[in-house]
Amino acid sequence: MNKKQLMKGNEALAEAAIRAGLQGYFGYPITPQSELLEYMSRELHKRGGAFVQAESEIASINMVYGAAGAGARVMTSTSSPGYSLMQEGISYIACAELPCLLVNVVRGGPGLGTIQPSQGDYFQAVKGGGHGDYKLIVLAPNSVQEMADFTYIGFDLADQYRMPVLILTDGALGQMMESVVFPEYDIEKNRTNHSSWATTGRVNGREQHVITSLHLQSEDMEKQNQILQKKYRKIEENEVRFETIQTEDADFLLVAYGLSARIAHKAVNLAREEGLKVGLLRPISLYPFPYQAIEDLSAKVSGILTVEMSAGQMVEDVRLAVNGKVPVGFYGRMGGMIPQPDEILEEIKKLYSPKRRQ
Amino acid sequence: MSEKIKDNVIESMKEVWERTKLLHDAPNHYCPGCGHGVVHRLIMEAVEELGVMDRTIAIAPVGCSVLAYNYLNVDTQQAAHGRATACATGIKRVFPDKIVFTYQGDGDLAAIGTGETIHAVNRGDKFLIVFINNGIYGMTGGQMAPTTLEGAKTSTSPDGRDVDLMGHAIRIAEMLALLPGAYYITRQAVNSAKAVRKAKKAIKKALQYQIDGKGGTCLVEVVSNCPSGWKMTPEESNKYLDDEVFDFYQLGDIKVPPKEEK
Amino acid sequence: MAKIRGHVIIKTEECKGCDLCVIECPQDSLEMSKSLNQKGYTFSILSYDTCTGCTNCALVCPEAIITVYREGKKVKATRPISKGQSV
Repeated sequence: MNKKQLMKGNEALAEAAIRAGLQGYFGYPITPQSELLEYMSRELHKRGGAFVQAESEIASINMVYGAAGAGARVMTSTSSPGYSLMQEGISYIACAELPCLLVNVVRGGPGLGTIQPSQGDYFQAVKGGGHGDYKLIVLAPNSVQEMADFTYIGFDLADQYRMPVLILTDGALGQMMESVVFPEYDIEKNRTNHSSWATTGRVNGREQHVITSLHLQSEDMEKQNQILQKKYRKIEENEVRFETIQTEDADFLLVAYGLSARIAHKAVNLAREEGLKVGLLRPISLYPFPYQAIEDLSAKVSGILTVEMSAGQMVEDVRLAVNGKVPVGFYGRMGGMIPQPDEILEEIKKLYSPKRRQ
Repeated sequence: MSEKIKDNVIESMKEVWERTKLLHDAPNHYCPGCGHGVVHRLIMEAVEELGVMDRTIAIAPVGCSVLAYNYLNVDTQQAAHGRATACATGIKRVFPDKIVFTYQGDGDLAAIGTGETIHAVNRGDKFLIVFINNGIYGMTGGQMAPTTLEGAKTSTSPDGRDVDLMGHAIRIAEMLALLPGAYYITRQAVNSAKAVRKAKKAIKKALQYQIDGKGGTCLVEVVSNCPSGWKMTPEESNKYLDDEVFDFYQLGDIKVPPKEEK
Repeated sequence: MAKIRGHVIIKTEECKGCDLCVIECPQDSLEMSKSLNQKGYTFSILSYDTCTGCTNCALVCPEAIITVYREGKKVKATRPISKGQSV
């Protein structure tokens, strides 16, 4: 059962979701995530879940709202323009505190953009995205294996905190084929029973359950905001995930996530071959962002370079973490272009200086 | 009559009509004479009589009835503007045994939510849509709706709806009846006791179809009033329905299940 | 023809004075008050002993605040009163 399989990232994610006890999938075709939708259409009915190809991403996210509000483990997936369309619904889901999994297989924008991979949706993903003060837990895989692993984690976190979890990946990770092993997962043990709040029908005359994001009185709306903010503080305390590579002796630090982190890793190796002591920090949870880890490392290096497939979005969070202590550079490619390791190395050389140790 | 006489009178009588317990014991916020209160009551009466409260889920819209859950004492989800049917699809597909109905106004169902409405019916998703058509956006202050009649004055058609500029009134029930997924589509009213009895029957029938697992979407349109938005007294608004509105929005069944056709 | 006797109780404090029950009453048993309730509305009252308990007033009342009683054998409820259903 746990044998190694060769799969596309999108399909691995879909398979993991089904193995995690997915009860409903609602989606709409958009490149480069359509394999996920197609996989669900083939598999989910057979394995006890409901699949609906909706008429739009707007409908998809509101189907997720309905089913999640009734206590089901549900998800949707899309790519950038579709994710923009979902924002209103996601804001409602965040306020109404419904657990669900969202997947954005990012492509280059703005506008209709390109179907090639990008990381241009970082701001939209981690700063809220829709209207109002809210956050999603955002997980950024960088391999097909992590596409699967983070799906299980995502569902569990969504249940635990009663909020949407977003897997922010990109067209390359969605399309690439790699080996993947699906871990053992006990659905019954891991699924949370939501009957204390979900709309399941007023069995035995219990109190009415209401799913809403409407609080007309300002006092009530502020109170709901405070509930959300308290939850976010707890998440910032407990759910920061990141990976460090060769940072122990590093004089210079790269920060990159997802696909960029794979390429940055390669650049670290190239730099090390030339005797430059470069390390890499890869944020895995983009919200909550590993501010503390970056701040700690910034005390040990002479400079930082953030690498993204965007015009520079995550770099703003890196600069917040570093708070001016060392220079933070940025290298990025846009519109579906992917930074190459030698390009990154060149940028490193422009900024690199050995740390003068006190 | 004095209280004492009243008590004696009642003692010898049987209660033949009381407010359903499935309405919260709270006054509603609707304007005097508004049809929402009546339709809320009819749905809850039907749910109570059919004994399905323990698996009923209501979907409230955006609009005047956004707070429907303060009156309907059943589990309720409040959906984004126009998305009530998508929300209902989500619930019904994962939990087919639940009895699901949406409660939507004309702005919600026939303007911003037209896409969701058409596709839910086209998929034949087995829930009930209760569609309140009063030809106006009541909540936001009486603006023109897609259902506003030609010539009708609203705050955004101050000189009356000019169909060349503003399009025509939509008969969305007839449109939806063309779709194979539609199982039972009827247009009702609540502006007289006779109409209320009929509307109640239609709602109950539609819910019964859902309970029986009959194939397709049911829609009960209630052509209702908006005394405040129409700038009429409740009496005038009900009379206006009879005199003008029902000429365009004709009452009666628009699509009935195959067996009943004759 | 023996007339069926009926009676209604109206929660006048929740009445919004829409007048629809008065208009709908076939026996002209109801009328609107001259005074106002605490909400500032006139309210419907049973003024004449002509009520037959036909329930028309209750059916059109948007507030659902009218309870109808009827005397005699031919009690035909428009809706069965729920008994023992847990709500």
